[in-house]
Amino acid sequence: MSTALFIVQTLNGLQLGVLLFLIAAGLTLVFGVMDFINLAHGVQYMLGAYLAVMFYALTGNFLFALILALGAALLFGLLLEFVIFRHLYGRDHLDHVIATFGIILFLNQGVKFVWGAAPLTLPMPEMFSGSVALMPGLLYPVWRLVIIGSGLAVAILLYVLVTQTRIGMLVRAGATNANMVSALGVDIRRLFMIVFGFGAMLAGFAGVMIAPILSVEPGMGDTILILAFVVIVIGGIGSIRGAFLAALLIGLVDTLGRSFAVDILRLFMAPSPARTVGPAIASMLIYILMALVLYFRPSGLFPAKGR
Amino acid sequence: MNRTISALAIGAALTLTLGAAEAQEKLKVGVITTLSGPPAVLGQQLRNGFQLAVKELGGKLGGRDVEVIVQDDELKPDVAVNKVKALVDRDKVDFVVGPIFSNILQAIMKPVTDAGVILISPNAGTSNFAGKECNPNFFVTSYQNDQNHAVSGKYAQDSGIKKLYLMAPNYQAGKDALAGVKRHFKGEIVDEVYVPLNQLDYSAELSRIAAASPDAVFVFLPGGMGVNFVKQFRQAGLADKIKFLSAFTVDESTLPAQQDAAIGLFGGANWAPNLDNPQNKKFVAAYEKEFNAVPATYAFQAYDAALLIDSALKATKGSTSDKNALRAAIKKSDFKSLRGDFKFNTNNYPIQDFYLTKVAKRPDGKYQTEIVQKVFDDVPDSYAKDCKMK
Repeated sequence: MSTALFIVQTLNGLQLGVLLFLIAAGLTLVFGVMDFINLAHGVQYMLGAYLAVMFYALTGNFLFALILALGAALLFGLLLEFVIFRHLYGRDHLDHVIATFGIILFLNQGVKFVWGAAPLTLPMPEMFSGSVALMPGLLYPVWRLVIIGSGLAVAILLYVLVTQTRIGMLVRAGATNANMVSALGVDIRRLFMIVFGFGAMLAGFAGVMIAPILSVEPGMGDTILILAFVVIVIGGIGSIRGAFLAALLIGLVDTLGRSFAVDILRLFMAPSPARTVGPAIASMLIYILMALVLYFRPSGLFPAKGR
Repeated sequence: MNRTISALAIGAALTLTLGAAEAQEKLKVGVITTLSGPPAVLGQQLRNGFQLAVKELGGKLGGRDVEVIVQDDELKPDVAVNKVKALVDRDKVDFVVGPIFSNILQAIMKPVTDAGVILISPNAGTSNFAGKECNPNFFVTSYQNDQNHAVSGKYAQDSGIKKLYLMAPNYQAGKDALAGVKRHFKGEIVDEVYVPLNQLDYSAELSRIAAASPDAVFVFLPGGMGVNFVKQFRQAGLADKIKFLSAFTVDESTLPAQQDAAIGLFGGANWAPNLDNPQNKKFVAAYEKEFNAVPATYAFQAYDAALLIDSALKATKGSTSDKNALRAAIKKSDFKSLRGDFKFNTNNYPIQDFYLTKVAKRPDGKYQTEIVQKVFDDVPDSYAKDCKMK
């Protein structure tokens, strides 16, 4: 277990962490502000990737594809909100779950219908396609650094938006007491719609950024959605700051666990059982972490105020 | 009044049996394959390959009109069992062809074969059914599961690779795969890594491979897992330094997504689209024309399954009533397999050749695997000796 390997794995953990943050940020806003459980959030991530593939095929330019995909993801998010979700806000959480689960099934089948079942691929922008030597013997793919950088940039942007702007103030106020904000003459419906569209766009952004690394296929959002829910539960529902820290924490715990669990077990176990037990423990680590957090701090690490 | 009703009932029952008798005229084949979820593309290849053969034979198998009933197992054993029971009990199929995945095969084996229906697997071929639990109603047109993996082990051993790094998903087939490689490879195994099934990001594993710097890696990562791993393997700059050996990881089902990232990577298989014989050339051209995709092994093995049924029914003059005669006719495997050498072993698994394959980009811009060398010639699987059938 050399230092270089440890540093690389930490970077890998960070990269997974910021990706989770991009998805969880929208999810936690929607959940926190509107009290709405949106299982279809993972599908919006998938859709971002598919849209980018489609626009790349049309334009042949990654940047254009990114911008167009973000726009389309935003529009689609608004459309979903307008057509379906706004009729569900006042209702029970179980209704949310069932309706948005239906949307998952519908859209997973839909992308298969439009783009086919075979996995697709989004080429990486040429200038970011290589690896850089961070120190001698330590190569790291540039694109993963780009993901880390853009994720951090979005985190800063969100922080500024939420704490420094009027919209951010309304969002925070709306999360605490929607009725009061509404009574003060703010169109809370429209505010919710903006938040929702923005969350959908963030998920789409995550999908576009990961598409050059992962294959773009139906159902790609389903596994990441579970992780995103773990993130917002650990971070505290509705809290952007909590989502950010929890996402990094989970990224690191998951990656380092997968990477070193077997080595650590080998210190006091025979190699063969260590090889069997190690991966099993590694894949449980984040859920163990979640259980511990819930036990000691039932409302998460950084619960949003007023909830 | 009562008598009128009973008469009507009897009449109705008779009409029903008439209908049933008429339906018997048409040969019925149930195809059970995975058509939903990420691995749907494998299942489609299977279905397409089978339907192409039936179409080329003029909608007939062994001279009988055939009705092909396709069912999606959704990669869920319980769903598969229900659908297979419906095929056997309600549709009264004569043959069941499928599935793709081994866990589905384990689930449907008993319901199909116990009903006296012939089960032909055009892909999954688990070791238990090749050995102790071999079954006279069960035939395999693909391989025994670990044979494709053994190709890489044998090749690594023969080509002087010293340090080999192994990786597979953490489930039974993954462990079987690595066992298959290790059977022939006697050099140093640097590490043996199991990842969760359907893991998508391999950053942590790739960093470890880079740190271990082996001569070669062997991975078994089917479907989307393989697509992701290969792309990331190339992005991490490892593809030029470390030899890449695999099975079910770079094939025509994953290549459309892997594209250039997979060029030059090795696999092990019983067939490749460029296998040089006239029947295969015709098949590949027809498949590409019909489905606008390069066929993978799943398609060719299903195509062979249809040819096998056709040949057996020709021998029995279209009759499926005498099961012993039917089984004997199938066992003769009197058809021209797309892979050339093919005959059934005592356990109803094939004796065939295996090749090292390599990914190449064709002049028309599509990607396919191509044969590099023959690694095993007319090889039986190593479980046949445990099978009591003669």
